Amino acid sequence: MARTASPRRKALVTAVAWAIGFAIFFPILWTILTSFKSEGDAIASPPKFLFFDWTLENYQTVQERSNYLRHFWNSVVISFGSTLCALGIAIPAAWAMAFVPGKWTKDILMWMLSTKMMPAVGVLVPIYLIFRDTGLLDTRTGLVIVLTLMNLPIVVWMLYTYFKEIPGEILEAARMDGAGLRAEILYVLTPMAIPGIASTLLLNVILAWNEAFWTLNLTAAKAAPLTAFIASYSSPEGLFYAKLSAASTMAIAPILILGWFSQKQLVRGLTFGAVK
Amino acid sequence: MGQIELKGVTKRFGDAEVIPPLDLSIAEGEFVVFVGPSGCGKSTLLRLIAGLEDTTAGVIEIDGHDATDLPPAKRRLAMVFQSYALYPHMSVARNIAFPLKMAGLARAEIERKVKAAADVLNLTAYLDRKPGQLSGGQRQRVAIGRAIVREPKAFLFDEPLSNLDAALRVNMRLEISELHQSLKTTMVYVTHDQVEAMTMADKIVVLQAGRIEQVGSPMQLYRSPANLFVAGFIGSPRMNFITGAEAAKHQATTIGIRPEHLSVSRDAGLWQGRVGVAEHLGSDTFLHVATDHGTLNLRTGGEVALHHGDTVWLTPDLAQLHRFDAEGKAIQ
Repeated sequence: MARTASPRRKALVTAVAWAIGFAIFFPILWTILTSFKSEGDAIASPPKFLFFDWTLENYQTVQERSNYLRHFWNSVVISFGSTLCALGIAIPAAWAMAFVPGKWTKDILMWMLSTKMMPAVGVLVPIYLIFRDTGLLDTRTGLVIVLTLMNLPIVVWMLYTYFKEIPGEILEAARMDGAGLRAEILYVLTPMAIPGIASTLLLNVILAWNEAFWTLNLTAAKAAPLTAFIASYSSPEGLFYAKLSAASTMAIAPILILGWFSQKQLVRGLTFGAVK
Repeated sequence: MGQIELKGVTKRFGDAEVIPPLDLSIAEGEFVVFVGPSGCGKSTLLRLIAGLEDTTAGVIEIDGHDATDLPPAKRRLAMVFQSYALYPHMSVARNIAFPLKMAGLARAEIERKVKAAADVLNLTAYLDRKPGQLSGGQRQRVAIGRAIVREPKAFLFDEPLSNLDAALRVNMRLEISELHQSLKTTMVYVTHDQVEAMTMADKIVVLQAGRIEQVGSPMQLYRSPANLFVAGFIGSPRMNFITGAEAAKHQATTIGIRPEHLSVSRDAGLWQGRVGVAEHLGSDTFLHVATDHGTLNLRTGGEVALHHGDTVWLTPDLAQLHRFDAEGKAIQ
């Protein structure tokens, strides 16, 4: 039987939920609003919410001062590149761990996860030195490698969980039906795992897009993605809130739009197998 | 085609020996049922034949060729799983067509065969549906359709009816028996349900703890079970066992008498007892009678007016008495 709630209670709970949602969203909204203010309005006290002179001048300045498109392209290459590399390694790995588990499978999974428990800064010096000596500093290749490795444990874990949801008997049925390993993965496993693979891909692209520690520390000018582009507005000549906000808005807009269009897929993937 | 020979087949998982060395031969066209309690190794044995598990030792021959190390895809056997194991992203037609596509048949040929299989199994109206939109019985029929289209050397069934409700189970049991009669292909069928075993099999293999307890036709197992385990497992309701002095009178450690071989009277007989529960099924009445030898079950006519608390006399049909020695083996 469905649980019933009085309309008043429902309205109250809805209002509270909206309030919390708005509070969480507010900083982003404020950033976007600030990007349309003049520097004066941006630091005005009391703050101006909606009634100020809307201007696009910050966007113009940001465009003139830095090459947005280059940073954007770096971000695309680094986030999609590292995600595709990670998937390429993780799909076979997760397949093996989910369907042909060995004695150590559980331990290997835990060990992989444990690498995420170490703060990244703990290995900054060795990685920086390796990158310097191999000429990978400030290259997109270098960042693709480091982000692939950083996110690999999460990608393997997510895919492992999705693959585990696929009943082994279906793969066995494919084998009985005469499918070899290639046909089994191509015609049976992959189509069934597509929601899981897609949501892993999206989540990982978002993680890689927003990754700031390694992108800031291992790049200078050539390979710097949008995170570095934002950071470049935060310090040199003091804080310019409006310009910083414009840069931030431009940096998060693409991923926000991607997230918006793929939210159905993302939610479906994240709750995949929750209800059978 | 479809003769299967197991020679010294053994399966170990780590240190646990699930199937001790075992020999069995399955003749062409035979309907063989592996039956036993859960965990007796019957499914493992089927999976060894299928090639889904590797044998630890021994040889599996299919039609005289060593198939021990062949992958499942190369054995030309078809399997129907308990969970149906249909491909959820494919329509019924594509599910049935899958093994044919794997075999590399031409499109027209595939279509013709899928259509024929769907006709046989009454699935024509559902060919475009996904498995998720079908009932349990329909799904099971699709699984069978997928198995029959490629004309395998033998069918392997792993508890195919366990997920169906009772009425449907009886129907599907008949359908599978009819299928066997029309195709005449070897079938190996695993079940824990002795009724399925008795009704469908040409030959029953009773397994316990990975060992074969007895192999024989249903009536052979019913008439002369080799030991206490088979005697207790085959037949429903279960055979009654009596030990002690009463058994010693027959030069046995245990005697067994089936419920249908006990007669009941209000006046006279061999063993006196009191009716505990009387189950009136209409066609039959099952009586549970408390006697000095423990509770004995018997089957009697449907119109017997006996009820809880009635005093009765039971008499076994001595010609149908089974005798067992101290190790539980039947004394002939």
